[in-house]
Amino acid sequence: MLGGGFFLAGRASGEVKRRLGETGLARELARRVVIATYEAEMNICIHAISGDVCVSVEGKGATVVATDRGPGIADVEQALVPGFSTASEKARELGFGAGMGLTNMQRCADSFKIESEVGCGTTVQMEFRPRPTDSEEKPG
Amino acid sequence: MTVAEAAGALGLEVLTGQPNLGKTITGACVSDLLSYVMGSAKAGNLWITIQVHPNVVGVGELLDLAAIVVADGQDPETATLENARQHGVTIMKSRDTAFVVAGRLYALGVT
Repeated sequence: MLGGGFFLAGRASGEVKRRLGETGLARELARRVVIATYEAEMNICIHAISGDVCVSVEGKGATVVATDRGPGIADVEQALVPGFSTASEKARELGFGAGMGLTNMQRCADSFKIESEVGCGTTVQMEFRPRPTDSEEKPG
Repeated sequence: MTVAEAAGALGLEVLTGQPNLGKTITGACVSDLLSYVMGSAKAGNLWITIQVHPNVVGVGELLDLAAIVVADGQDPETATLENARQHGVTIMKSRDTAFVVAGRLYALGVT
């Protein structure tokens, strides 16, 4: 996927949602994966030049790795503060860039790792495991 | 309450997704911040917003929302409506503000 373009943003997450529906993942877990994937996709569209989101399902869990080529994050700790954002005015007008994306990812994932190099890019790795609160229902 | 019943009670204009009007509304969410909706809306919720760009459709689709209500007489962009038709997402329009739409839904028992 490419950065700077909002029109196609969300398309990849839609495809992930459809594919997850074909796996045996519990519905609520699949929902958490889709939300986190969407936020990762949006971050690439808003901030990066280009990037990839890789979703893999193993047993009852899943892993999402989002890697981009972009400006990187100078202060990762600050980027993780809810409400902090460096998104453009244009992105904010569209309702993005509220500084909630990484927070949503952390909330959805059961483990969350972020590595970034300024001038190079950012990688977010998330793991999703069944939670007692997840529905055991299969995706519909 | 179904989407059709809400549309009738509030005088909403159904722009796309007519086949989904029988869906039951499980609650509602009012926000113009997409990530807020991603983080808080539940499947089957009605989403009230004044955002009109095509990305609202993705949120509605990914979260299995019952419908999106565009408030304040805003007209969704043509690309938004096309996107919504393609993905079977229901978009309805209200002349009322988001505040009034939410208040009327709440009074009807949507919580």
